[in-house]
Amino acid sequence: MSRSLKKGPYVHYKLEKRVLEMQESTKKTPIKTWSRASMITPDFVGLSIQVHNGNKFIPVYVTENMVGHKLGEFAPTRIFRGHAGSKK
Amino acid sequence: MARIAGVDLPNNKRGVIGLTYIYGIGPTIAKQILDKAKVSHDKKVEDWSDDEQSTIRQIINDDVTTEGALRSEIQTNIKRLMDIGCYRGIRHRLGLPLRGQSTKNNARTRKGRRKTVANKKKAPTG
Repeated sequence: MSRSLKKGPYVHYKLEKRVLEMQESTKKTPIKTWSRASMITPDFVGLSIQVHNGNKFIPVYVTENMVGHKLGEFAPTRIFRGHAGSKK
Repeated sequence: MARIAGVDLPNNKRGVIGLTYIYGIGPTIAKQILDKAKVSHDKKVEDWSDDEQSTIRQIINDDVTTEGALRSEIQTNIKRLMDIGCYRGIRHRLGLPLRGQSTKNNARTRKGRRKTVANKKKAPTG
């Protein structure tokens, strides 16, 4: 079920503020965030965001293609290292 | 025999069914096309007049992505997901289900035929 269009995309309000500030300023330092559920809006393009995956922050450089996805999609929370005994 | 979008349609079937032989046209789209062309759904493919055939062909050409064009569109969509490195793209790369299904068992459509692991230790009995 997708989100109601009436509400518009969800972006955490503090993150949104940081993003807009960062787009204004010339030097682009990464923004750390825990808000994995926030949608990437066109304002994000060109920024690097560090998205928390529950353990550490995964750097994500936002490109135009990523608009409409959520930040969490780019920071996997599980690492699969293969099954025991199976040789790589 | 009517050839539309590079596919031969079966002569002896009703129009709605016949159109679904084209990749990218299912029952719903087939109905919409025939309604728009003002051809009865129940008219057999072989009974279509040349005029009807050309209007149908025109509508499919203009409004519907079919066959090769559709396939390549799907491929580019998948490629986009893989390139941006999002969760769905990663799952496409790994050949696993994308939408949160369980993969402990089943998920055979995505994973393909079972790959039996040799020398799996037997569970101790008793």
